[in-house]
Amino acid sequence: MRIIKQREIVEDDWQRVEDGAALPEGKIIVSLSRWKAEREALIGRRNSGLGIQLAAGEHADDIAADLDNFEVVALSFPSFRDGRAYTTARLLRGHYGFKGELRATGDVLRDQIFFMHRVGFDAFEVKEGRSIEDALKAFDDFKVTYQPSADEGQPLWRRRG
Amino acid sequence: MYQYDKFDHQILAERNAQFRGQVERRLRGELTEEEFRPLRLMNGLYLQLHAYMLRVAIPYGVLSSAQLRQLAMIARKYDRDYGHFTTRQNIQYNWIKLEEMPDLLEDLAKVEMHAIQTSGNCIRNISTDQFAGVARDELEDPRPYAEILRQWSTFHPEFSYLPRKFKIALTGAERDRAAIYFHDMAYRLVKNDAGEIGFQVIVGGGMGRTPIVGKVIKDFIPKRHLLSYSESVMRVYNGYGRRDNIYKARIKILVQELGIEEFRRQVDADYELNMSRSLDLEDSEIERMKAFFAPPAYRALPEGDAAVTALLADSKPFRMWHDRNVTAHKVPGYSIVTISLKPKGVAPGDATTDQMYAIADLSDEYSLGTLRTTYKQNLVLTDVETSRLPELWERLKTLGVATATVDTLTDIIACPGLDYCSLANARSIPVAQRLIDRFDDLDFVHDLGELRLNISGCINACGHHHAGNIGILGVDKKGEEFYQVTLGGSPEDDASIGKIMGPAFSEDDIVPAIEKVIEVFVAKREPDERFIDCYRRIGMEPFKERVYADH
Repeated sequence: MRIIKQREIVEDDWQRVEDGAALPEGKIIVSLSRWKAEREALIGRRNSGLGIQLAAGEHADDIAADLDNFEVVALSFPSFRDGRAYTTARLLRGHYGFKGELRATGDVLRDQIFFMHRVGFDAFEVKEGRSIEDALKAFDDFKVTYQPSADEGQPLWRRRG
Repeated sequence: MYQYDKFDHQILAERNAQFRGQVERRLRGELTEEEFRPLRLMNGLYLQLHAYMLRVAIPYGVLSSAQLRQLAMIARKYDRDYGHFTTRQNIQYNWIKLEEMPDLLEDLAKVEMHAIQTSGNCIRNISTDQFAGVARDELEDPRPYAEILRQWSTFHPEFSYLPRKFKIALTGAERDRAAIYFHDMAYRLVKNDAGEIGFQVIVGGGMGRTPIVGKVIKDFIPKRHLLSYSESVMRVYNGYGRRDNIYKARIKILVQELGIEEFRRQVDADYELNMSRSLDLEDSEIERMKAFFAPPAYRALPEGDAAVTALLADSKPFRMWHDRNVTAHKVPGYSIVTISLKPKGVAPGDATTDQMYAIADLSDEYSLGTLRTTYKQNLVLTDVETSRLPELWERLKTLGVATATVDTLTDIIACPGLDYCSLANARSIPVAQRLIDRFDDLDFVHDLGELRLNISGCINACGHHHAGNIGILGVDKKGEEFYQVTLGGSPEDDASIGKIMGPAFSEDDIVPAIEKVIEVFVAKREPDERFIDCYRRIGMEPFKERVYADH
């Protein structure tokens, strides 16, 4: 599957592992419940690449203490109208200082990618059937923004010059 | 008023280019209607019963004459020669074509206007006291802070897909003219014990199907924390507000379910993370904003005017208009004039293209070229020299906007109702018009004093019926339009929610029912007592007995 990463289209080398399934070789993304249930085993293989998927309604606090173990945190948008993951992303970047990949999954559409990018997402699994090339244009929708967020430390009034 | 610089212009141009692209993708079928809907709503575009309706933002109700002329031009070019001023101080057009939207938005941008966030589950147009900056009872002008909040909330990346819409109001006055207790969040400028001016913060108010009076979450925050504190409120709401049921998704339900103490604790906990401290306002930014709203160069004038005093004695119609539609200005020799959009035979809040052009001219001639809109669906000229009131009154009469009924029984707030709105159960406008026709004896209406009657065509309560001293709610009874009456609501400092009087009335019976309510008030009233005070003194029973006596 192709995804957007750091504003480029790349082949995804991470595998999503279902909760009951055996752990494959390589880079894997597991659910929060699996992480909680198999914490020690998963830590044992984190060098080969470990990521976690949070559902909407699972919060940044739930993984705050464990963040060092994850290269990828994936946050789900069950519908693009469900904006909880924006706050989760903002907290992970702004408060918990997460430096790894923050990936948007689920109902990820071009028209929300600009906002997702602003709060700290840097990887996007664009919804199946939608043009990923088209989605790439979303990063340039706005060149000026009023608020500080993960992408910009200062509000516009300190940048007006 | 606020003037855009190159950055504000660029943001608006980029937004309009983005929306033009979205419209094109929709017209080509690349976006489904389901996907396009929230995108168009975020730009104020609704699909109504007959056509698209566009809601244009009038930030905190402040307009220049040039902007009003452009709104008039748009009514003529893109719509059917009229616009409708709303309870959020905005304007709506009812007959918009989707394919013309991008050009319309560019016409708006020419006068620094837009339709950004006038709908959708985001932070909506911020509203404030229509007399901000000129009121005698004001501690400080709230408009600079309203503009600071407008910029912060515009395309906020974290808070554009909230559980539900979010409405903010501000006031700097002693008397609440902005219905602050019925907002998701509200700020009131107050002075603390140390003599410092800051904000009291209120959260969790609202109307809709679960009307709730807002609660004070902070007695005082310093001005510099306006945005950083707002972010923490929004962050808790965005993270934890309910999304399982659209009718339980407003912040009022979260505050109610958690309790104000626990909600406050969660907001404080987020605030202590210091995530948003770069939004703390320095004095220089507050001063920069204040400069945009600095008082104009008022002339040194005497307080009274002999000709006005004489006309007040000689002309009863002038006196009645002056009593209801003219308000004292903070500067001697000036007056505030409310232009009534509640004449007979017109939908409350409607103005024609010609009226808008003419009112824009009057604002240039009499009021330094600015205007205000009010949530009660009228317009205001804020800076009229008192000596010129008689000639202005004549001009307003010619335009049909001098009805002397402001804040009386027939200054009715009404939503568009089933004549336009796809959500409505019943029509609002004809009921308002029939009431205005029925109570057309100005002496009688004036004698009743201050009285707020509000009409909503459905439980979403866009017509603020819960906050009316008398509220009328349209309901559907087996396919027929019926009207439920509530009594005892108030939108002001004594904020309260109206209580249902009894069974609903048919279309034919609603006006007679209101007549009987008024009869009871007249019979039971103490001298000069307001309707709301009378109701609170005597309770629901006398009204109920009289109204349902024959049933």
